[in-house]
Amino acid sequence: MKLRFLIPLLAFFALVGLLFVGLSLDPRELPSPLVGKEAPDFDLPELHNPEVRFARDDMLGKPALFNVWASWCVTCRHEHPMLTELRRNGVPVYGLNYKDTRSDALRFLARYGDPYSAIGFDESGLVGIDYGVYATPETFLIDRNGMIRFKHIGMITPEIIETRILPLYRQLEAET
Amino acid sequence: MIAEIGLFALILAFLLAIAQGTLPLIGAARGDVALMAVGRSAAYGQLVFLGIAYAMLTYAFVTDDFSIAYVANHSNSLLPLQYKISGVWGGHEGSLLLWILILGFWSAAVATFSRSLPREVLARVLGVMGLVAIGFIGFTLFTSSPFERLLPAALEGRDLNPMLQDPGLIFHPPMLYMGYVGFSVAFAFAIAALIGGRLDAAWARWSRPWTAVAWAFLTFGIGLGSWWAYYVLGWGGWWFWDPVENASFMPWLMGTALLHSLAVTEKRGGFKNWTVMLAILTFSLVLLAAFLVRSGVLTSVHAFAVDPDRGLYLLAFMAVVVASSLTLFAWRAGKVGLGGGFQLVSRESALLTNNVLLAVSAAAVLLGTLYPLFLDAFGLGKISVGPPYFEAVFLPLMLPLLLLLGFGPRLRWKQDSPTEQLWRLRWIFGVSLVFGMIWPFFVGNWSFLAGIGAFLGLWIIGSSLKDLVDRLRPRRESTQTLGTRMRRLGRSYAGMQFAHIGVGLAVIGITFVLGYDDERDVRMAVGETVEVGGYAFRLERLEEVQGPNFDADQATVVVYRDGQRITTLQPQMRYYFSQQQPMAHTSLHRGLVRDLYVNMGEELPGNAWVMRVYYKPYMNWVWAAVVLMTIGGLLAASDRRYRIRVRREDEVLEDDAKLAAADAVKPEGNAEPKPAG
Amino acid sequence: MRPLHFLSAPLLLAALGLPLSAAAQSGGPTAPPSEPMTFETEEQEVRYQRLIRELRCTVCQNQNLIESNAPLANDLRRQIALMVNDGAETNEIIDYMVARYGDFVLFRPPMKGTTYLLWFGPGAMLVIGLGVLGTILWRRRTQVGSAPLSEDEEERLRRILGEGGGDKA
Repeated sequence: MKLRFLIPLLAFFALVGLLFVGLSLDPRELPSPLVGKEAPDFDLPELHNPEVRFARDDMLGKPALFNVWASWCVTCRHEHPMLTELRRNGVPVYGLNYKDTRSDALRFLARYGDPYSAIGFDESGLVGIDYGVYATPETFLIDRNGMIRFKHIGMITPEIIETRILPLYRQLEAET
Repeated sequence: MIAEIGLFALILAFLLAIAQGTLPLIGAARGDVALMAVGRSAAYGQLVFLGIAYAMLTYAFVTDDFSIAYVANHSNSLLPLQYKISGVWGGHEGSLLLWILILGFWSAAVATFSRSLPREVLARVLGVMGLVAIGFIGFTLFTSSPFERLLPAALEGRDLNPMLQDPGLIFHPPMLYMGYVGFSVAFAFAIAALIGGRLDAAWARWSRPWTAVAWAFLTFGIGLGSWWAYYVLGWGGWWFWDPVENASFMPWLMGTALLHSLAVTEKRGGFKNWTVMLAILTFSLVLLAAFLVRSGVLTSVHAFAVDPDRGLYLLAFMAVVVASSLTLFAWRAGKVGLGGGFQLVSRESALLTNNVLLAVSAAAVLLGTLYPLFLDAFGLGKISVGPPYFEAVFLPLMLPLLLLLGFGPRLRWKQDSPTEQLWRLRWIFGVSLVFGMIWPFFVGNWSFLAGIGAFLGLWIIGSSLKDLVDRLRPRRESTQTLGTRMRRLGRSYAGMQFAHIGVGLAVIGITFVLGYDDERDVRMAVGETVEVGGYAFRLERLEEVQGPNFDADQATVVVYRDGQRITTLQPQMRYYFSQQQPMAHTSLHRGLVRDLYVNMGEELPGNAWVMRVYYKPYMNWVWAAVVLMTIGGLLAASDRRYRIRVRREDEVLEDDAKLAAADAVKPEGNAEPKPAG
Repeated sequence: MRPLHFLSAPLLLAALGLPLSAAAQSGGPTAPPSEPMTFETEEQEVRYQRLIRELRCTVCQNQNLIESNAPLANDLRRQIALMVNDGAETNEIIDYMVARYGDFVLFRPPMKGTTYLLWFGPGAMLVIGLGVLGTILWRRRTQVGSAPLSEDEEERLRRILGEGGGDKA
């Protein structure tokens, strides 16, 4: 047996290994290029009151969650109690109401409660684009200086709160 | 009852596959004739039971048996009958059943048409096919049974995806699977030869027709898929370099290489190792395709519903098949002779260069398809690899291949003179270069790339025809008629000509449609006109129409050119009763050098719609090319020399009968006996 | 609402029964009807058409921006059209997209450390393939003249091919 005839076999095993690892990966989960960068600036009308403005800088000074949601988004409804829970734990939660109508959004809050300190009304979805939003809900953890430190796409679960969000939040809180 | 009968038949087929996959191989190793004979009966039995299972599922579709989960998920009582029948392969489980039915069909075909093979060889080939069948039937039975019951039964089915309610769906998957699965025959022959330790010209001759048939089906299947996408998707695209398309394209490229390499092995006894390797690789790529499509490792518009168990099963199956084949190869390959010698310039060299280029192309597609997965697995980020990459990589690989294609068929075996061949083709080369460069002026703005494409297409067609003419030119002292001379060239040669001219047409068509298609997304209200590609499209009226299982908005668009009315197009926006999403239904007018294509986008205020209007030049050339290549593959497979042994006895009788008949008609006895060519 | 084409299936059967994933959630009932984009110059139109073909719709399975009818794709098309009309360079628009969605949006992968293998792999394989072929051909060129098959082999081929009958049982 000549050794060179074994080359295809070795190459094939490498391929199988790769495909095996591939089975456990989710091809649809995207890392955000925004983590570690400054949160994009915006200045939007507030959801509750169009006369009031809500800007990125309003979130600074203290670490905060920035949650992208909409009333038409079913997962957001399931996620909602988690945000309320976080709020109860003392984490400030800001919202971005993404491509929604004001009346639908307000009805949603009236029904499920309003854990948000303030909500930007992004009717056109342009601020959403700036934040690289592609699948609501999405949640950003922004530090006191406006730096994005963590991003989660999809529903935040109790597990993610326990293992990722709260520890990081405490750490950011301790930073000076 | 129906589901249980189907399931039972499937289990019996599985048991027969186990018999077919073991006993003949043991028989061949021991020289036991009785065990070897099991292969054929098991193959026939398997086909019968797979046929029963398949018939049961079809029956359940036709009779709207929504107590079967698969039927409930993929059919609906309002679905037209033809889509109920084709809906059987509209989802993962049913399409897998079709796949194994076709595998059973190929096994039975081998058992029928290869009776003249030495019995050890036939036993081994059927044994290997049995092993493959164990894997696939087991996959169906253990992870993807289409006969699962739904309790309680659904009142109404969820309906077949409207995209799939199209004649394209009726033919595309069966053709594609005939191709995919057909390569298992070439694979089985290769493995049988490795087991028997006899890789010779006879082996190549036996596998060649099977390979050609599989290749023809795969070509046609891919072509149909593309043709279907072209008018179903509604934005004029027909090839997307999507992972699932690439999955079918890789075995096609490798199979094309195999087809050419088999020629060297058959005619010159050379490069046996390489040919066997290609047969193994081609089938491995088929298995990889099944894995990629059905496991969900890659994001694709076409992927089936994702289930990790299925992926794991297929990966394990593929690992076992390919690893054992490659081990067998490593063990046996060294013992094979070199075959006849040849010079640097010879048909052998040309065919091998073709092989290298095709194999590298397949490898490049593989690299591009799996690269995002590779980076992701190592945590190096997520990227997308799409059409711009594949076009950039593919073009430089195809250029030398297409140039070579003009020379290849003319080159003699062993050695040839490069200068002589160049000299003989100088006119063809010059004329196709000049006309190729001029042609784009008549299509649109001249571009170098379009010129090169047209040149290469003309060069291939021209040199192919020149070769034909040269071969038909009567030799001195020959009294043969043109018809006789044509027949003497053989179907194998005719097949090659068809396929090569098809490639030429494809190159021209693809170049022009990529370079000169035109489109507009426009707002159109009734009475408005828009100009695209020199044609005027006027929206005459909007109305509501009804189909069997949908309502639709329909637009009537009349197309004019220079004031002349060309055609009327009626695209629709369909609202299927069972679907939330409306679906656009394209209307198009096909022509020799251009297609016109209109699609409805979205309703706008003021009795207007967003209309997508397309001008697609030379699209039909691509489809014609697919048809020519398919015919070529089938012709090549039906060459006399592959049939001669099987038909020997009948032929003698047949000829006797013909002679007797001729004598009876013409008592003078001047009937001319057919030349034995 | 426009049809969501993410279930389209040209080459293989579609993902029927696939739970509506990210794509379904990212679109809202408020997606405004999309008026077709208009451009001031032909060159801008061409650039726009090329861009929306080379950029990936992130919510979809594997589609570019022109194929997709997801509302986000719609927004992005509009945004790109705006930027093109504002005179933005092609690479500025690409940078804009990459800054927000990462390299994933590019159907033409960027040339960088992690993609050298991707971009140069096919060329390298071609060089190696042709190199090996050349070496083999060069080594074997001296063997011309030997019969393609030895008499023995020829005889065996005849025997094998003539060995009809096989298993008639």
